[in-house]
Amino acid sequence: MSKVEPKVEKILEVEQVKKHFHVGRGQLVQAVDNVSFEVYKGETLGLVGESGCGKSTIGRTIIRLYDATDGDIRFKGKTTKDLKGKNLKQFNREMQMIFQDPYASLNPRMTVGDIIAEGLDIHELAKGKARQEKVVELLKTVGLNEEHADRFPHEFSGGQRQRIGIARALAVDPEFIIADEPISALDVSIQAQVVNLMKKLQREKGLTYLFIAHDLSMVKYISDRVGVMYLGNMVELADSQELYDNPLHPYTEALLSAVPIPDPDTEKRRERIILKGDVPSPIDPPSGCRFRTRCPKAMDICAKEVPTWQEVRPLHWVSCHLYQEESLKKEEGMK
Amino acid sequence: MDRNNVLEVKDLHVSFHTYNGEVQAVRGVSFEEKKGETVAVVGESGCGKSVTSQSIMRLIPQPPGVFKHGEILFEGNDLTKLPEKQMEGIRGKDIAMIFQDPMTSLNPTMTIGKQIMEGLVKHRKLGRAEAKEKALEMLRLVGIPSPGSRIDQYPHQFSGGMRQRAMIAIALACAPKLLIADEPTTALDVTIQAQILDLMNDLKEKMDTSIILITHDLGVVAETADRVVVMYAGKVVETGTVEEIFNRPRHPYTWGLMGSMPRMDLSRDTELTPILGAPPNLLSPPKGCPFASRCPHAMKVCKEQMPETTDASGTQRVACWLEHPMAPSVEIPHDLVGGASK
Repeated sequence: MSKVEPKVEKILEVEQVKKHFHVGRGQLVQAVDNVSFEVYKGETLGLVGESGCGKSTIGRTIIRLYDATDGDIRFKGKTTKDLKGKNLKQFNREMQMIFQDPYASLNPRMTVGDIIAEGLDIHELAKGKARQEKVVELLKTVGLNEEHADRFPHEFSGGQRQRIGIARALAVDPEFIIADEPISALDVSIQAQVVNLMKKLQREKGLTYLFIAHDLSMVKYISDRVGVMYLGNMVELADSQELYDNPLHPYTEALLSAVPIPDPDTEKRRERIILKGDVPSPIDPPSGCRFRTRCPKAMDICAKEVPTWQEVRPLHWVSCHLYQEESLKKEEGMK
Repeated sequence: MDRNNVLEVKDLHVSFHTYNGEVQAVRGVSFEEKKGETVAVVGESGCGKSVTSQSIMRLIPQPPGVFKHGEILFEGNDLTKLPEKQMEGIRGKDIAMIFQDPMTSLNPTMTIGKQIMEGLVKHRKLGRAEAKEKALEMLRLVGIPSPGSRIDQYPHQFSGGMRQRAMIAIALACAPKLLIADEPTTALDVTIQAQILDLMNDLKEKMDTSIILITHDLGVVAETADRVVVMYAGKVVETGTVEEIFNRPRHPYTWGLMGSMPRMDLSRDTELTPILGAPPNLLSPPKGCPFASRCPHAMKVCKEQMPETTDASGTQRVACWLEHPMAPSVEIPHDLVGGASK
């Protein structure tokens, strides 16, 4: 199939990244295994998957909260693996993170003003009056006001705290923000407020987002492209509308069909694919394709060979034997 | 009490006494549950939906909780006034509950089998062998593979979805007339959620149980409920059949809820319209309509006086001043992301 070269600049390249954790007794959790993708400047890439699929681990590895076990991550063309000292500090400015739990991710003993200005202090970006002004400006950007600077996190609601978390991330003028489940802890009516704020900031500041979430409807709404993960592997990656209209991987299909749609008429007409069983343990993942134990379309080859990550349609990547001619031929041979 | 109703909640008021004063968590909630029906109670955190369900089970610790007013009628008895001894005979037998968090609501020191048998021995007076037989049957019914060996395992040996299945087995073991499911799938992944919802719908048919489903997820509501009760700040703002609530919602809060949710089956160009602001503090609830401060259609009267609940159709009831004959007519926002857009 012909390759369409996107005319946009790659800001982040993740290549064959692995992250394994030792969990004692010589056991190894393969949290992320051979994941490759790219993020273009100014876009939102959504990462979805169920708990334990490795979506948060990949986010944390990218921002170097974890060191990758293997593989390479390049930010603006440069590998992030051996960043040290000044370069690492610069990298930390350019990439920021918004966390899931707005209750646990703000220091309860610091005022909101100090929380937001911590980045400014570390990077020595503003002092005295300029620092104060910057804090006020940030508070206003995220829809809070000046008086909030002297208060403590416990005085705020979940939605407001998440705004504080966003203001903190914005303080150092980052280019790339990793948002790890930024809205899952919030109520429905508040979720929309925060997502709209994130979209507005992206338009105004040209930010690039890696948006990690398990809520597929929200991910579709905010993302330009969406990657689907399962048990440490990326199984499919495509433009968000394309992915939702033409899911190729059987897991994506099942995942999309499992999301209930808030409309009783649609719900009644819909045929759903219900997956059997649970996600296997990442300590001892199934051989071949990791999804095969729950896959309604599994073939013999799926247990024997790991499917390759291929672009089967322009800009639509999938890792499944069903879409690989060679695999289908081998499958014929097995019968 | 209407003969077709399993449960009637009438003007229920529940408060909690705290250091900061009295939190009026539930402020006049009324709804009824017909036989074999699934009623979904929806609303955001702090709207009183869980307090309502726990009041039905009488799980509200008193103090600090107080039933201030109203009644909960179940088979002719007012559950708010029943002596604890009698309540114990109802709890787990006639009314059972499934909790949100399957990790913390099972007893970690008891085998799954023992936990299912507990109710059977107490309420149905079964002998141990019979109870074990029944427990095995329940595990099979909720779709746990190899129940013979699973019955002697402990909760930590089960995955999240399996624990929720086990909890359903415990709740349904005594064939209750009413099952209260408080956010039964919120802690689960979507593919597991689909399994559990499927199972609940299936069991409802088989066992003819009435279900009260507490949730904040409108998708889950659309999939499982027959009727919907929308709560806000301790009050019921709208009730109706699931079709009415999704296709012809009448309360601005319901519009707001629908407008805040992205829909996977629609294009991503549809803008979300969040509800601005935050819910009121129930330590000192506003005297008028609690939604007035966030409502784009609020009028003067809304801030002064709580609207009456009026009938919009035989089944749909709304508490909103816009229903008043003298109110200006407001169209349902046509750009609603929810089902109302059609």
